[in-house]
Amino acid sequence: MSKIHITTTVNGDPAEFLASPGMTLLDALRDELGLTGAKEGCGSGDCGACSVMLDGRLVCSCLVLAPEVEGCRVETIEGMAQGGQLHPLQQKFLEHAALQCGFCTPGLLVAAKALLDAHPDPTEVEARYWLAGNLCRCTGYDKIIRAVMDAAADLRQERTA
Amino acid sequence: MPELAYLAPSSPEEAARALASAGSRPLSGGTDLLVQLRAGRVKPDVIVDLKKIAGAVGVREENGGFVIGAATSGAVLGEHAGLVRAWPGIVEGANLIGSTQVQGRASLGGNLCNGSPAADGVPALIAARATCVIVGPNGRREVPVESIVTGPGKTSLVQGEFVLEFRLPARPARASDAYLRLIPRTEMDIAVAGVGVNLVLDAGGVVTHAHVAIGAVAPTALLVASAGAALVGGKLDDARLAAMEAAVRAACKPISDKRGTAEYRTKIAGVLSRRAALIAYDRAGA
Ligand SMILES: Cc1cc2nc3c(=O)[nH]c(=O)nc-3n(C[C@H](O)[C@H](O)[C@H](O)COP(=O)(O)OP(=O)(O)OC[C@H]3O[C@@H](n4cnc5c(N)ncnc54)[C@H](O)[C@@H]3O)c2cc1C
Ligand code: FES
Ligand code: FES
Repeated sequence: MSKIHITTTVNGDPAEFLASPGMTLLDALRDELGLTGAKEGCGSGDCGACSVMLDGRLVCSCLVLAPEVEGCRVETIEGMAQGGQLHPLQQKFLEHAALQCGFCTPGLLVAAKALLDAHPDPTEVEARYWLAGNLCRCTGYDKIIRAVMDAAADLRQERTA
Repeated sequence: MPELAYLAPSSPEEAARALASAGSRPLSGGTDLLVQLRAGRVKPDVIVDLKKIAGAVGVREENGGFVIGAATSGAVLGEHAGLVRAWPGIVEGANLIGSTQVQGRASLGGNLCNGSPAADGVPALIAARATCVIVGPNGRREVPVESIVTGPGKTSLVQGEFVLEFRLPARPARASDAYLRLIPRTEMDIAVAGVGVNLVLDAGGVVTHAHVAIGAVAPTALLVASAGAALVGGKLDDARLAAMEAAVRAACKPISDKRGTAEYRTKIAGVLSRRAALIAYDRAGA
């Protein structure tokens, strides 16, 4: 099978891999690059567990073909903590116990970060709509929303400090 | 499994050539195509990514009207202030598609050409009297949006053809549009009915042009000329709105399914048309 050589940037670092033309970005991240943070919950765009940033846009990596990311910027959950320092969203997810099994967590964190980067001061309703494409079977969402709102408040304070 | 190839041409003509073979499929955002591919419902041997073609992605102004690249994502449309001001109904239709993640990819070209009767982006485009620029083996042609879809999952495009862009007419002062749909919950579902209304008013608030299009209540989205005509010639009084609603209901040919019975869909289409007309009227500055 003729594979395509893909050159891209993942979490700020150049990355190269070989992909068959029908391979998804999700499979490429997990199987070719060993980045297993993004999960496959559904493979059909419904659950958001595979969320990554592609050229600054939140997308489901299960609905992107690997060859499409040639020359693009990909950001995954693995790039969220800086050094050993958790991102405030990650910290708040722990503090608020916003996860149980954790399967949805990488996707939710990536999606929540995209929200706060675009809208630093969302209302709770805005946050819930923004995250409506991320399903969680365990938490009932309330703790997730509380963690996101709390992190948003902290980040705003950090910015003005 | 036959071998799949991926091509990302940079010109429309190159794309038309790549799409000339029977097993080829255009790709825009992939939010329908990848799902169908993975479920084995489509088995193309060539995927032709349209997103590298100049003009297929982005919004520009030309001759006083907007041109929307067919592969432009909903997120990009929602961020285009000029387009939102001129055509808020088209943008709200496009932005209702899926989640934030889906918005990062889903396009109006894909929404139309996938051929779902319930496609949320389509009624407002039809009500806008938008046209599609189609590129194919025999060059270019420009046709009204409503001539593309011929039935569920079926289009009038021939092998090698794809939609390059949508063209919107120039917008006079005191004109606006709206799109409303009903779904059984608040997010992430398929429309039970959807209605797009596009109005132009004169200085006194009298409707001079009106177009109404309905979705999810027939095998394809429909332009209901009689519904538009019912609104023209006066302000939006009760009699005109009632006449429009009746025309909308008369045009509905829905199916019954788990989201709603045919009777319910027909009733709802009427209610949505009235509400959408009032929103468009309000936005037009009456
Ligand atoms: C979780 C989820 C939720 C969704 N919710 C909604 C919703 O609420 N409302 C709704 O209407 N849809 C919804 N959809 C369906 C889908 O997102 C939309 O139809 C979307 O607009 C498709 O656009 P795309 O660019 O992703 O198309 P693609 O998947 O790239 O293409 C769709 C089809 O059109 C063809 N095609 C694509 N572009 C062109 C072109 N320019 N010319 C000719 N043919 C072309 C492709 O070959 C394919 O057959 C949802 C999908 C998902 C996964
Ligand atoms: S795995 Fe991609 S959305 Fe569920
Ligand atoms: S914590 Fe288990 S799915 Fe969200």
